[in-house]
Amino acid sequence: MDLSLSSHLILLLPLAMFLILGLTGMKMSHRLAGVLGTLGMGVTLLLAYAVAATYFFSGSSDFVDAAGLRLQYSVFDYTWLEFTDSLVIKLGFFLDPISAMMLVVITTVSFMVHLYSLGYMKGEVGFQRYYAFLSLFTFSMLGLVVATNIFQMYIFWELVGVSSYLLIGFFYTKPSAVSASKKAFIVTRFADLGFLVGILILSFYTRTFDFLTLTNSPEAVMASTGGATFMGASVLTWALVLIFMGGMGKSAMMPLHIWLPDAMEGPTPVSALIHAATMVVAGVFLVARMFPVYLQSSSALMVITVVGAATAFYAAVVACTQIDIKRVLAFSTISQIAFMMTALGVALPTIHEGMGYMASMFHLFTHAMFKALLFLGAGAIIHAVHSNNYTEMGGLRKYMPITHITFLIGCLAIAGIPPFSGFFSKDEMLTAMMNNHPFWGYWMTMVAGLTAFYMFRLYYRIFWWEENKHYAEHRPHEAPLTMTIPLIFLALVSVVAGFIPFGEYVTWNREPYEIHLDWSVAVTSIVTAVVAITIATAFYRKKNDLPDRLTRRFQWLWTAANRRFYFDELYMFITHSIIFRRVCQPIAWFDRHIIDGTMNMFASVTNRASSAIKGLQSGSVQSYVVVYLLGSLAIAAVVCVCLI
Amino acid sequence: MDYSQFLVMSQELGLIAVFLLVFLFDTFAPRKALSATAPVVCVLFALFTVVNLLLPCCCCGSCTVEPQSAFGGMYVTNQALFTIKNILNVGVLVVLIQSIKWVNGPDQIMRRGEFYELLLVTLFGMYLMMSSRHFLTFIIGLESASLPLAAMVAFEKKKYESHEAAIKYLLTALFSSAILLMGVSFVYALSGSLYFADIAASSLETCPLLVVALVFVLAGVGFKLSLVPFHLWTADVYQGAPTSVTSYLSVISKGATAIAAFIIFALAFGEFYSEVWHWMLYAIIILTITIGNLFAIRQKNMKRFLAFSSISQAGYIMLGLIACSPAGLTAMMYYILVYIFSNLAAFGVIQAIENNTGKLSMDDYNGLYKTNPMLSVTMMLAMFSLAGIPPFAGFFSKFFIFRAAVEPGTTALYVLVLIALINTIVSLYYYLLVVKAMFIKPDEPVIARFRSALSERIGMWICVAGIVILGLASCFYSDIAAAVESGFNSLL
Repeated sequence: MDLSLSSHLILLLPLAMFLILGLTGMKMSHRLAGVLGTLGMGVTLLLAYAVAATYFFSGSSDFVDAAGLRLQYSVFDYTWLEFTDSLVIKLGFFLDPISAMMLVVITTVSFMVHLYSLGYMKGEVGFQRYYAFLSLFTFSMLGLVVATNIFQMYIFWELVGVSSYLLIGFFYTKPSAVSASKKAFIVTRFADLGFLVGILILSFYTRTFDFLTLTNSPEAVMASTGGATFMGASVLTWALVLIFMGGMGKSAMMPLHIWLPDAMEGPTPVSALIHAATMVVAGVFLVARMFPVYLQSSSALMVITVVGAATAFYAAVVACTQIDIKRVLAFSTISQIAFMMTALGVALPTIHEGMGYMASMFHLFTHAMFKALLFLGAGAIIHAVHSNNYTEMGGLRKYMPITHITFLIGCLAIAGIPPFSGFFSKDEMLTAMMNNHPFWGYWMTMVAGLTAFYMFRLYYRIFWWEENKHYAEHRPHEAPLTMTIPLIFLALVSVVAGFIPFGEYVTWNREPYEIHLDWSVAVTSIVTAVVAITIATAFYRKKNDLPDRLTRRFQWLWTAANRRFYFDELYMFITHSIIFRRVCQPIAWFDRHIIDGTMNMFASVTNRASSAIKGLQSGSVQSYVVVYLLGSLAIAAVVCVCLI
Repeated sequence: MDYSQFLVMSQELGLIAVFLLVFLFDTFAPRKALSATAPVVCVLFALFTVVNLLLPCCCCGSCTVEPQSAFGGMYVTNQALFTIKNILNVGVLVVLIQSIKWVNGPDQIMRRGEFYELLLVTLFGMYLMMSSRHFLTFIIGLESASLPLAAMVAFEKKKYESHEAAIKYLLTALFSSAILLMGVSFVYALSGSLYFADIAASSLETCPLLVVALVFVLAGVGFKLSLVPFHLWTADVYQGAPTSVTSYLSVISKGATAIAAFIIFALAFGEFYSEVWHWMLYAIIILTITIGNLFAIRQKNMKRFLAFSSISQAGYIMLGLIACSPAGLTAMMYYILVYIFSNLAAFGVIQAIENNTGKLSMDDYNGLYKTNPMLSVTMMLAMFSLAGIPPFAGFFSKFFIFRAAVEPGTTALYVLVLIALINTIVSLYYYLLVVKAMFIKPDEPVIARFRSALSERIGMWICVAGIVILGLASCFYSDIAAAVESGFNSLL
């Protein structure tokens, strides 16, 4: 199919699905709405695969030059608003290695989630609305990754936020879901404020929003700021750090991560799609998209590295103490995304040909697959035992064999055991970090060890430990076929994805590059992972009191980690005690008395004036003519007096 | 005389052809076929509109109309004029479609041909007003755009208000014509010519006679635009006239006169006298917007309400003239285009309700959403667009006209735009009153559910599409800007 047509359809099909299901869904049966949404997504998936395959494999001179360098290509780019010659807002479809890869990731996971939800959401009130929102999300996410300019990206960025808000609050009768959706929206909006300011600063100096212009001549971007500085840092650094702030919000980097664990109030497939595989990596994608510009500012890259490394460690520690299985996965997601961020931060082109960039994108890809698998598996388990807490689980391997095996594959992948996909991508990232500075390498190896530990803790507590007594009354059952097929598919992908020669396709300068394992790093990380898994096995395979004794021994640490190091309390303190009481109350007073008072005054003046002059409109045509004549003579007189 | 120069007036000739066809049809068609008069006129006019839109592209190869003049420079045409005439054509087409049901009503049925003939003649007059470069042709255009309108206002034979409105309109129109002629004769006395270009070139001293002349010319066009203090006829006439005529008066007549005013003041009085009329216009704009708003707040009759709203809208349109630049003309044309759709959507709803239930008061609209949701949503969109709420078209038209007005960068202009902005907030209040009535107010004796006629629905759909599409697509504005850019030099 024609590339232009299929790329239009990739965006328009999900949008059309959203409109159809949103406007007429209530008149459809659940089954029809679900099947329609899934079919629409299926077609989008095929189109996206076709576009990505055309981009990577066709060898057309639009996409790859004679030297094998992959090119950036705008399939279409419509001018939407043209204010001045330089202030132009365009909407387009941008193809380059990372957007083609993201097309594949988004449509694959989205399709799997559509399919899975047919079983998982069966019989829920608002089933059609759910599918409409899923389509809206997919549309926005696709629009985000193919954006030709930073403003288009911002528009879709916000749309993604809205659809995430709608889906987290899907069970809107549940107060916790409502407050979680609000929290997610407000925190990410707050971060987006930084993003917007960053965009404005950057475009103020460069006079363009266009990614092509920005990334192809980063030196010109640097030069355009003319060496301007603000508070000791160059304005370029400020702009980039502020833009990164938007990414921190969406990708749940510390300290803006607080919304993601709560977002687990949404339906589990939504968590798999939005809060594990696609939306939360938007921040990583944003940095990757602007990477050549980021290279101009080593301070901005340093910020990214430090934020990433701190978040990765923090989230991994917290994940070790959570009881809710979705929250464990949520913190694990935060930690893994932070891994990708750190890998981008250390990806200097001088070090190992900037392989951190490639590794980060590689991990984004594999993580999307295995984390979606883990979330969907968790959904199947929650579906079976009707609880989120692993204390209500244990010994499930006999009852749910398919879920068990696929979940185990997911755990092995994330723990970095060869030959599963996570091993390869994580190994590349660790190599890149090790080459930048051994400190980052060892630090992140430690985080990888923690990852293996908490994932296997989770695995054993769900599937081994000891059988829950409730099973006698309520026997857990394996999930229906619509749910197991996505699990099996994603498990297969998680097994083989590591063997994709990723460096052939995605690198920072788009030149193909051959991946080779660095055995010293690989062995270290494998040994770390195996040791961590062994400890987890010793602790949690069979029921014993070792974990409890350890918990009691380090009570303060465990409590602190379990309460997520009091970040929520800190936010509560800042918002309630400082912002609300010290800042908002005076402003509210000012608003109520001064602003509203002024407005009321305007209103009453307007009203009085209006009734005062109503006599002018007498209804008698003679008086009209008199006013006409006197009015014009008065104007003439005034002008004469003033000018002559 | 070289008769081939008539060909320059291709648009006017086309319009006359439509007029003659309607006239012949009305006179010679068999009695039975007469019931098709209204659709025939609509189809003919739609054809005329489409041909005009496509003509430059098909005939000349390039999509722009070459600037040309005829009759010793009394008449000119160029891309900008061509575009504004096309914009007005679209508006007239909507008015024609919306009027079908009313025209086929029992009181009008014997005279429906006349209605269309009168309307087409006034449109011809407006064309001439905009294309003339000589005060004589301008006044001929103005009169032929004015006098038949009095007959149209009086069209509802059996209604007392219709007659009253027509008499008021006629008297005020005659008075203002006299004033305008007096102003023009003063100009002639001072400069010795009626050509705009000669007047501009004669660089006169600022003397009281010149000031009076400029005020009188401004008063003459201000009457048609219903600028304060020349506006007092507006509310009575809008209320008394048949709704189709009111909508025609409020958008088409106003739009054409605004452009004509721009041309006169930019061309004839542009370079040397602008400081004189600049301040007059400044004061008049403030008065117009403010007083229009203040009166609109208290209106209960929908047509009277829209009359005052259209007064304040005329004030906004005049902001384009005070800028007196290509950007000002572009913004003005765009404003007129958006205003056509927004106002005609509102009038479409009013007309549908009037035709079906005879109700015209705002209180009758209470609870309309429950029984007629589509009409309510259309009205809401129209009100949002008139008030200038994004993302609807009205927001962008206000944005562009404000931007054009502050472009020269003087403090006085910033103050003017600030006053206009405050007035938009006031206008928001009364536009939202209508929305509140339809959506929020409890319904006592609510208007029963009814299905509007096909023609009414088509008219409203066109307007809604216009409001939404113009809000989302920017290409129209840049097209108009390009047209003005290519035509402005020959204009000035």
